[in-house]
Amino acid sequence: MARVWLFGDDVDTDQIVPGRYAPYMRPGEDVAQFAFIEARPDFASDAQPGDVIVAGENFGCGSSREYAPEALRRRGIGAVIARSFARIFYRNAVNLGIPVFVSATLAESLADGEQVTLDAGTGRLTSQSGSHELPAPPAFVREILDAGGIVAYVRSTGHFPGEPGGGGQT
Amino acid sequence: MPQTIAEQILSNAAGRRVEAGDLVVVSPDLVMTHDSLTPSIVRIMKEDLGIARVFDPSRVAVVIDHVAPASTVGTANAQNEVRRFAREQGIRLFDVGRGICHQVLVEEHLARPGMLILGSDSHSTSYGAVGAFGSGMGSTDIALALGTGKTWLKVPETIRLVFEGRFRAGVDAKDLALRVGRELTIAGATYCAVEYHGLDWLDLPGRQTLASMAVEIGAKAGIVPPTGAALDGLAPPSWLAFDPSAPVSREHRIDLSSLEPQVALPHAVDNVVDLGEVAGKPVDVVFVGTCTNGRYADLRIVADLLNGRRIAPGVRLMVSPSSSLVFERAASDGTLARLVAAGATVTAPGCGPCMGRHQGTLGDEEVCLSTGNRNFKGRMGSPSAQIYLASPHVAAATAITGSITHPAEVI
Repeated sequence: MARVWLFGDDVDTDQIVPGRYAPYMRPGEDVAQFAFIEARPDFASDAQPGDVIVAGENFGCGSSREYAPEALRRRGIGAVIARSFARIFYRNAVNLGIPVFVSATLAESLADGEQVTLDAGTGRLTSQSGSHELPAPPAFVREILDAGGIVAYVRSTGHFPGEPGGGGQT
Repeated sequence: MPQTIAEQILSNAAGRRVEAGDLVVVSPDLVMTHDSLTPSIVRIMKEDLGIARVFDPSRVAVVIDHVAPASTVGTANAQNEVRRFAREQGIRLFDVGRGICHQVLVEEHLARPGMLILGSDSHSTSYGAVGAFGSGMGSTDIALALGTGKTWLKVPETIRLVFEGRFRAGVDAKDLALRVGRELTIAGATYCAVEYHGLDWLDLPGRQTLASMAVEIGAKAGIVPPTGAALDGLAPPSWLAFDPSAPVSREHRIDLSSLEPQVALPHAVDNVVDLGEVAGKPVDVVFVGTCTNGRYADLRIVADLLNGRRIAPGVRLMVSPSSSLVFERAASDGTLARLVAAGATVTAPGCGPCMGRHQGTLGDEEVCLSTGNRNFKGRMGSPSAQIYLASPHVAAATAITGSITHPAEVI
């Protein structure tokens, strides 16, 4: 079972990891421990591998800092499911191999702290209120996630998404 | 069919005609990295991708601006790593003191009309001020671009903003940038390019202010058509043309002649009101700086409005010039001396306290009026601090009175 961490709209990357906690400012420390350190201290202390972030609109807006999704990845977050994502965060998360789903309704049907099970491969999430089929990401996103991130994707396929010989005609 | 500016630039970068919605692989004309993320970018390029050299050192620029000069042993060591990398690769380095990446690349004419510019900083939309497609990316994307000379992206749809009229006295491009955020909202241009029309008359600093904040409405790029006297010396390439009949997803009009000074309230960039609604709010700090409003024109506005007066007792006025050229110009004509005489603290050129890392980090419950671009909770320091965003005109008026003040009241 995984815990749901419920967030509202417009969670910015300064909430996820404040710039003052960047690896640049705190070399030698694991950025994972700073995930939501100020905005959601209970997340910073209690989030467990496999836990799921469920949020409203525009998750991850603001800075391009990849250490924000990197902190969530190192924390072992099972997926980030939001009504919508900010562009740079979504791209960074996919690049790092973090399962991301866009769901218009999920945030309304789950409560913070609720226990769920998620199969990130199929997008099936089961909660006390029932079973939810999360919309599948675009095919090229799925391919990058399946490879484990964009570095592994490029190294194994030898090309970028959308480049001839590859997927991404989405 | 006529193309938007974004489609034209990405067609050129892709080497074929592309249109909104296409997933394309493109070659950037310029890749910019800064001190905050360069060490992680280098590690990903060398260790994860196994690539030893950047694709073309002449198309890369590295700027040390995010913590300049270093504030800790850690940042000092990281900056030396950045310097070693630039030296080893033959990359042009703009070291401590030169200024904020987005200002420096424009001053150096490294950013030019029609270019595709990728930066490891979300405010890379700033390059739209000179008619370039500038976009911010994370460390992994930038590492891939440095290592392979390519990136992939989806050609964005375009939102066309059409501006009518001119600013009233005491209103400037920052009020417009905030107004755009207010009307389109923080995610209103997500995945889109924004084109700003009706601004042939607007000077380059005003264009930079506007384009820098395109990312604050979620845009992938924010482009001012490269026309008008502001672009003197930056001729657009022959293939780049502005066609008002190019298909866009949305057109939105804003009347400048009725625009009031705007203020973004804590803790969101689109939480914007007319100044009158927040007038009188006492502040502890006024900050003038950042890639959005740290240029000579901004310092000059503040010095002129102060006009020999001291700032209010108990208020700190922090000024961070956005570049060494800004600093020099403001020093040589007495603008800096006037600011200091009024009680301002002037920092080294760079990002200053915008990210709360140094040079004026905010403490608990402090209230700051900033000419910067972000007022997220904790952005400039303590999460209980409050950040109000406004123009340099409003910053000056507020520094004089100690509370948020309409510029007309101090003229």
